[in-house]
Amino acid sequence: MTPKNATLLALAILIALSPIFFPSSFYYRVGALIFVNALAVTGIVILTGWAGQISLGHAGFAGIGAYACALAPVHLGLHPALAVLLGALISAVLAWLVGRPILRLKGYYLAVASLGMGILISMVLNNERDLTRGPDGIDVPELGLRALLKDAGLDLSNGQFWYFFCGIVLILGAWLALNLRDSATGRALRALHGSEVAAKTVGMDVARLKLQAFVISAVYASISGSLLALQNKFITPDVAGFMHSVEMVTMAVLGGVGSVAGAIFGAAVLTLLPQVLTVFAEYEQLVLGLVMVLVMIFLREGVVPSILRKIRGRGE
Amino acid sequence: MTLLSIEGLGISFGGLKAVNDVSFSVKPGEIVSVIGPNGAGKTTLFNMISGVYQPGSGKVILNGEDVTAMSPHLLARRGMCRTFQNLQVFQSMTVLENTIAGYHLQESGHVLSDLLNLPASRRRAREAEAGARELLKRVGLERAAEREAGSLSYGSLKRLEIARAMALKPKVLLLDEPAAGCNAVETEEIDHLIAEIAASGVAILLVEHDMKMVMRISNHIVVLDHGEKIAEGDPASVSQNPAVIAAYLGAENAAG
Repeated sequence: MTPKNATLLALAILIALSPIFFPSSFYYRVGALIFVNALAVTGIVILTGWAGQISLGHAGFAGIGAYACALAPVHLGLHPALAVLLGALISAVLAWLVGRPILRLKGYYLAVASLGMGILISMVLNNERDLTRGPDGIDVPELGLRALLKDAGLDLSNGQFWYFFCGIVLILGAWLALNLRDSATGRALRALHGSEVAAKTVGMDVARLKLQAFVISAVYASISGSLLALQNKFITPDVAGFMHSVEMVTMAVLGGVGSVAGAIFGAAVLTLLPQVLTVFAEYEQLVLGLVMVLVMIFLREGVVPSILRKIRGRGE
Repeated sequence: MTLLSIEGLGISFGGLKAVNDVSFSVKPGEIVSVIGPNGAGKTTLFNMISGVYQPGSGKVILNGEDVTAMSPHLLARRGMCRTFQNLQVFQSMTVLENTIAGYHLQESGHVLSDLLNLPASRRRAREAEAGARELLKRVGLERAAEREAGSLSYGSLKRLEIARAMALKPKVLLLDEPAAGCNAVETEEIDHLIAEIAASGVAILLVEHDMKMVMRISNHIVVLDHGEKIAEGDPASVSQNPAVIAAYLGAENAAG
């Protein structure tokens, strides 16, 4: 079996079998939260792990995805499912507009530009009270898929439905990312990360490739934000906040920024921690910083790739 | 039947003329070497031709088209590729992936097709991989295909760079010191490889310090000193040229 299929199969088995060990139905919710975060972090793997570009404003795209689900059904009369797509489209266009001038430049300008973009989106969501109801948050309509499934004879609790629905979306997202990794585009992204000048000499349009990675990762973040809004049926501007952007990057770095499996692992650990240790919530920023520093010193590739390397090293 | 012609190329760095008014041309199947003492401006000249630096003056004409200061990825599309003196391999990718990267222009399709792993993407990837394995065999690296490129020896990396460049099926190949740091056996292998590539009709422009190799394989030699062309001609005439001997051994020796 190829590593790609092994990763996908392991992920599917984990998602399907984990509920057996859930002590209470509350954990369906935790699981769904993990999958939503893992989806956004998979986008970070494409952008940062492969293309070597850093975004500090990806939560902005999550905010767009989330508020598209809150606003488009009310103001445009769109079905929430179409609102998800509209959010993804807006995020993609915005990423393209921001990335196009910036990614022609060499260096880490994207980090600064995306930071500014994220802060702007967060400010708009906080201050346009007439539209977004500001920092208090806004209600999000029901997706309606659960009711359809019930009519079809599959009666899931709200927690179960979102657990499995987000799980399936995550598997789909991981499948797309892993497809990309070993395709011409993915190989080119990893190549330009290794040596930009060599990538150019073999004909790679470096600026265009980086832009593609940025747009794709923005769509991942946007859909992740939409799923969060739809399952909570409520959203606040925090979804677009700077801390959420930092969380995404930290999850990716912890698990292994070059690996999709690592991204999911990192998202799982950092989503579980505050649920399991309530004290963690108070010290979240401290712990995120500490995790970042420790991983950079001891496991620069991230947890999952470091462990895999150990196992392979022993095998030889 | 000139494929690549360099017309009066020059560049200055802070008032210092690193390369000044250099002209020559390369025909298909020909090996043209640029030689000169350290600091003569050979690599700078290469960087201008390959679009890494913007020349201050002069033109680069490829296949009748003015390609001066064109971005390297556009030059690659027009059939020009190069290797680097200070190796530029994709360290964390495997040897095979490095070589497949050379097929980028032939392999790449729409990004959505890649995301969905459509049959078209799979087919192109398969073709690129088959071609890459063939090339690795040609440069003697087929057994290292699955290894991480960063773990290869210096000489192997040089050959990997050549394999990656050959994957583009270039019309013009610029080789910047392909034998630097290689032992005698490796040098001879690279030597054969270059002759073979030229024999298939590729125009080769070579910068090399190994004089024996240059004299053995070049059809034409251009000599640079202090950024200026001081001589050109076939290997025999260049090696007898007093200006060249003076540049290499110092003026006094030549006079004495």
